[in-house]
Amino acid sequence: MRSLLRRVLGAFGLLWLVLSFTFLLVRLAPGDPAALLLPATASAAEAARLRTELGLDQPLAVQYARWAGAVVRGDLGESLAQHRPVTALLAEAAPVSLFLGGSSLVLTFVLGTAVGMVQAARRGRVLDRALTVATTALYAAPSFWLALGLVAVFTYGAATWGFPAALRLPAFGMRDPASAGGAWPALPDLLRHAVLPVTVLTAVGASGIARYARSATLDVTGAEFVRAARAKGVGTARLYVCHVLPNAATPLIVLLALSLPGVIAGSVFVESVFAWPGMGRLMLTAILQRDYPVILGVTVVYAALVIGANLAADLLLPLLDPRRRR
Amino acid sequence: MNGLARTTGARVALAALLLLALGAALVPALAPADPLAVSDVLAQRLLPPLSRDAAGHLHLLGTDRFGRDLFTRMMLAGRISLAIGIVGSLLAAAMGTVIGAVAAWRGGVLDAAVMAVADALLAIPRLVLLLVCAALWSPGISTVVAILVATGWMGVARLVRGEVLGVRERQYVDAARALGTGPRRLLWRHVLPNALGPAIVATTLGVGSAILLESGLSFLGLGVQPPVPSWGNMIAGGRDLIVTAPWVAIAPGLALVVTVLAATVIGDTLRDELAGEVRVGPGDRA
Repeated sequence: MRSLLRRVLGAFGLLWLVLSFTFLLVRLAPGDPAALLLPATASAAEAARLRTELGLDQPLAVQYARWAGAVVRGDLGESLAQHRPVTALLAEAAPVSLFLGGSSLVLTFVLGTAVGMVQAARRGRVLDRALTVATTALYAAPSFWLALGLVAVFTYGAATWGFPAALRLPAFGMRDPASAGGAWPALPDLLRHAVLPVTVLTAVGASGIARYARSATLDVTGAEFVRAARAKGVGTARLYVCHVLPNAATPLIVLLALSLPGVIAGSVFVESVFAWPGMGRLMLTAILQRDYPVILGVTVVYAALVIGANLAADLLLPLLDPRRRR
Repeated sequence: MNGLARTTGARVALAALLLLALGAALVPALAPADPLAVSDVLAQRLLPPLSRDAAGHLHLLGTDRFGRDLFTRMMLAGRISLAIGIVGSLLAAAMGTVIGAVAAWRGGVLDAAVMAVADALLAIPRLVLLLVCAALWSPGISTVVAILVATGWMGVARLVRGEVLGVRERQYVDAARALGTGPRRLLWRHVLPNALGPAIVATTLGVGSAILLESGLSFLGLGVQPPVPSWGNMIAGGRDLIVTAPWVAIAPGLALVVTVLAATVIGDTLRDELAGEVRVGPGDRA
C-alpha cells in the first residue's frame, strides 16, 4: 500500500516537473508573445499595456507562481489566437484524439501481438521471414507518407478506377459535410471516415509491436511448461492462447505503455493529413500561430497521458504476473 | 564489424546505406543542373520518370513542379537527411553517455537531479518536444540538429547509467582500483568501455528514428526549409500532386523507407551480436 502511494505521488511529482520545464522552455524562448498579438501598426505604449495585462512585465518567478496557481485550480489560461479558455479547446479536441488513438491502440495491440505470435509459431519458416520483412519495412515508413498513399488509392484512385462503394473512402475530416449538425457525426459516417486514419496508425504501430511480440513469445515457448502442455496433447491454437499468451503478457503490457508516445506522435501527423480536429491538429495550429497557452496545455495533457500509462503499467504488472505478487 | 557482416540482411542493409551515401555524395556534384535552380518551368515541370526533356536530358525519376530533376534533388536531400540523422543521434549519444556515466559515478544529489530531468523529458513524447522547440526557435538545419540532441540524450543516459552502476561492481574494477588507478581514469578507461554495448545499439536504432523525425518536422514545415531539399519537405511538396504526379511524393518516401529500414536492420543485428538482453522500446516515430 505504501509503495502504491509512493508511486502515485512520484507520478504527480514527475508531471509537475514536466509542467515547470515546459513553462520555462516557452518563457525563455526568443520572441515576445505581445508582439505577435498586436497588429504591426501598434505603438510601443500599446505593446507595454498589453504586456502588463498579460503579466509579462513581472519577474519570471512571479509569472511562474501565478501560472502554477492557476494550473492547480485547473485553469490553463486563454488561447491568444482564439480568445477562448484552453481547457475548452482541449475538451473539444481530446475526445476526437482519444477515439482515433484509442481505437488504433487497441487494434495495434491485438494485431501486433497476433502477428508476433504467428511469427514465433512459424519461427524460421518463409511466413516468419516474410512477416519480418513486411513489419520492419512498415515500421520504417513515415506515417504521413503512408497516409498520402492511402488517400491516393482509396479516395482519388477509387473514384477513377471504379472501386465498389465500400472501398471508396473519404480522406478529409470526420464527417460528411452534408450530414446534419451536432458535435459528433452519426456512427456509420464516423466509422467510414475513421477507416483510413486508423489504418495508418494501426499499420505503423502494429508493425512495431509485432517485432517485440515475436521475441517475447519466443522467450516463453522455450519454457518447460510449454513442452509439458504440448506433450499433454494441447492443440497449437489453445497452446498459444491459453498457455503462451498469459506468460508473454508482462513484457507486452510494458510495451503498450511504451508505445503510447508513438501513437501520440503518429496521431499528430495523421490528424494533420486527414484534417481531424483533434489534439495533434490543435497543437500544430497553435505552433504555427505561436499560441503559447495552447502549446503548454496540449503538452501537459500528452505528458499526463504518458506518465499515467507508465504508472498504470507499473501498478497492473503485479496483478497480472504471479511472480511479482508479494 | 566482423559480426555485423555475418547475416545476409545486415550485409544488404550496409550495402544499401553505402550506396545511398555514395549517391548522396556524388550525384549532386556531378549533376548537369543546379538542384535548387528553377529554369524553364512550363516546359520542364512534372515530367514522369525516365522521360527526356526538350534539351534531351534524361530525368531518371522525373521532375517536380518547378521542373527540377527529382533524382538530383533526392540525392541532395539524402545528404541533408542522412547528415542530420547521423550527426543528431551521435551527438545525442555522446551527451547521454557523459551525463549517464557521470551521474552514476558521482551518485547522490547530482544523480537524482539528472535522472529526474531525464524522466521529465522522457514523459513528453519526443515529437511533441521537437514541435515545441521547433516552434520556439527559427527553423533550419542547425536548429533541427540541436533539437534532436536536446531531446535524444535521455534514453542513452539511462542505459549508460544502469550499465555503469553494474560494471563498477565487477572485480576487474576493484583490481584496477587496488593497483592505484585514479577515479577519473577508472571511469573512462575501465568502466565506461564495458558499459557501452546497449548505448551503441540504442544509438544505431536511434539514427532511423532521428531521420524519420527530421522528415516529419520538415513535412510539417518546421524543419529544413525549401528550397533546400530534405526527404520530408519533398514529400510535402508532392502532397497535392499525389494524384496527378504521384512520383514526386513516392520517390523521397521510398528513399526514407530504405534508409530507415537499413538502419533498423543494422541496429537489430548489432543488438543480437553485442548485447542479447537489451530491450529498447519502440520509441517515437514520425
